[in-house]
Amino acid sequence: MGNITLKNVHKAFGATVIIPDIDLEISDGEFVVFVGPSGCGKSTLLRLIAGLEDTTSGTILIDGADMTGEAPAKRGLAMVFQSYALYPHMSVYNNIAFPLKMAKADKETIDAKVRAAAQTLNLTAYLERRPGQLSGGQRQRVAIGRAIVRQPSAFLFDEPLSNLDAALRGTMRLEISELHQQLKTTMIYVTHDQVEAMTMADKIVVLNAGNIEQVGSPLDLYRSPRNLFVAGFIGSPRMNFVTGEEAARHNAATIGVRPEHIRLSTTEGAWKGVVGVAEHLGSDTFLHIQVEGIGQVTARADGEFTVHHGDAVWLTPEPTKIHRFDADGNAI
Amino acid sequence: MARAVSTRRKWIATAAAWVVALVIFFPIFYMVVTSLKTEPEAIAGISLIPSGTFENYVEVQTQRDYFKPFLNSVIISLGSTLIALLIAIPAAWSMAFSPTRRTKDILMWMLSTKMMPAVGVLVPMFLIFRDTGLLDTRIGLTVVLTLINLPIVVWMLYTYFREIPGEILEAARMDGATLMGEIVYVLTPMAVPGIASTMLLNIILAWNEAFWSIRLSAANAAPLTAFIASFSSPQGLFWAKLSAASTLAIAPILIMGWFSQRQLVRGLTFGAVK
Repeated sequence: MGNITLKNVHKAFGATVIIPDIDLEISDGEFVVFVGPSGCGKSTLLRLIAGLEDTTSGTILIDGADMTGEAPAKRGLAMVFQSYALYPHMSVYNNIAFPLKMAKADKETIDAKVRAAAQTLNLTAYLERRPGQLSGGQRQRVAIGRAIVRQPSAFLFDEPLSNLDAALRGTMRLEISELHQQLKTTMIYVTHDQVEAMTMADKIVVLNAGNIEQVGSPLDLYRSPRNLFVAGFIGSPRMNFVTGEEAARHNAATIGVRPEHIRLSTTEGAWKGVVGVAEHLGSDTFLHIQVEGIGQVTARADGEFTVHHGDAVWLTPEPTKIHRFDADGNAI
Repeated sequence: MARAVSTRRKWIATAAAWVVALVIFFPIFYMVVTSLKTEPEAIAGISLIPSGTFENYVEVQTQRDYFKPFLNSVIISLGSTLIALLIAIPAAWSMAFSPTRRTKDILMWMLSTKMMPAVGVLVPMFLIFRDTGLLDTRIGLTVVLTLINLPIVVWMLYTYFREIPGEILEAARMDGATLMGEIVYVLTPMAVPGIASTMLLNIILAWNEAFWSIRLSAANAAPLTAFIASFSSPQGLFWAKLSAASTLAIAPILIMGWFSQRQLVRGLTFGAVK
C-alpha cells in the first residue's frame, strides 16, 4: 500500500515560509508529479514526505499511520536523488544490497533480490563495477535498483533525470514509466520539466511559491488550467496571453491561446502579423509573429507551411480553445 | 589553449626550482655531513667532505639514552594525534553536516588561537602544569600537543568532510542506516584518505614541536626535540654530536614523511581544486 496524505503541512526556515499550509491526497499506485519553477518548494515537499526535513507543523500520514516525526527509514519509502547519491566505494552489487544489509536480511535473500533488480534494470553485467566506472544512465539505474530492493510503499524521485543528456532523458523517462506499470507502486516524482510531468504523470501537482496551484491529470491541466500560472506553465511552447481590447472583446482581463490552437493563413484571418523567427522542427514549425495591436504571439504550423522572416501572415484562434482569465488571473 | 612556454624559459624555471630545493635541503644535508665529522672538523669551517666517522652516533647513545626520548616522541605524537582525531572527527562532522549560524565563527575562533604567540601563555601554562603535577609527564605533553594541533585537525577534517555530498548520507538514512551505520559503512570509508592525511600531518607537527616540549619536560618525559636541545649544554656546544643527535631525531619522521608524501600533499591541497 502507498497512500500518502498531507494535512496542513507547513514548512518554514526561520521567518522564511517555504511551504504554507498544504493539503494533498496521493492514492496507492498513483504516479504523481510535483512540477513547478526552481525554488517553488517542490523538492522541500518531497523531502518532508521522505523525512529528510522536519515539518514546522501539520501531519503526514502514510497508509493511515502518522509518520510526521518518524525517521526516514521507518516510513517505508525509497528515494532516488538527483545526483544518484551512490556509495562510491562500493560495487554496484553492494550499492543495491545496502538497504537489505541495513535491514539485516540473510545472504541468500540479499543475493536473490539484488540479482532480480539487476535483471529488471539491465545491470547484471555491471554488478562488480564501481559507480565511477558507469555512465550517467547506468548510475541512475543503480540508484533505482537500490530503491526497488526495499520494496517500498512509495518511490520518491527528486529530479532524477536532470543530470542526463536529452536523448538519455527520453529513454529513462520511458523506463521509469514502464517500471511503474510493472510494480504498480506509488511514485512521487519532482521535476521542473513540464514535458516529464505531462508524459509520466497520472496526476500533476503544480506548485508555485510553495502553494499548490492546481492538482489534476495532465490533460485536465492542459485543457482547463485554473489560473494564469498553470496555463503558462503547462504546455510547450507556452500559452500566448493577450490583454487589452482583444481580451475585453471576450469579457476577460486576459485571454490565453495555445500555439497549437491558432490557425495560420497567408491570405485571411482575425489577426494580422509579421513573421519574426521561425523554428523548424521538421514535423512542426513554431513561428514567432509580431501581431498588430497585440504583440508577440507564438503559433504552431505544419512542418510544410513555408513562410520566411518578414512575411505577412494571418492568425485565427480557435474560438472554443480560448481561455479567459479575470483581473486576478483566475480562469473564468 | 595551453600557454606556450619557450624552451629557454623552461630551463630557467627548472634551474630556479633546483636552486630553491637545494637551499631548502642544504641545512639537512649539512647536518648529516657534520654528524659524520670529528669535533675539530666540525668547528674548522664549512666543508662538505667529512672524515666519515660514526663515533658521534655511538657517543650520543652512550652519553644520553636515545631510545627513551624516541619512545617519548612516539607516545606523545601518536597519543596527541589519536586524542585530537577523537575530538575533531565528531566536531568537524557536525560542523560540516549540520552547521549552525555560528559554525564559521567557531572555526575562525579556533584558528585565531594559532595566531597568538605561544610564549604569551608560557607562565600561566607552566604554573598550571606545576600545580597539577603535569610537569615532565608524557600525559601533560600529550594534552598540550593535542590542544595546540586541534584547530588544524578540525579545520582539515572539516574541509575534507565538506567535500562529501550530503545526499549520500541522506541516501544512507533512507536506506535504513542508523547514525552508527552511516558512520561505519558510508562516511568513514569515504573519509579515510582525509583522516589519514590529517593524522600524518598531525604526527609530524607533534613530533617536531619544540617550544612546549623543551619547557615542560625534563629527564622523564623529554621527547627528541628536547633531546637535541640538551646537547647545547652544559659542557658547551659540540657541533658534531649535536648534528648526530638531530639526525637521529628527525630520521624517523623524515622516513615516514617520504613514504607518505602523496597522502600528505593530497591532504594539504584538498578542497583547493574540485
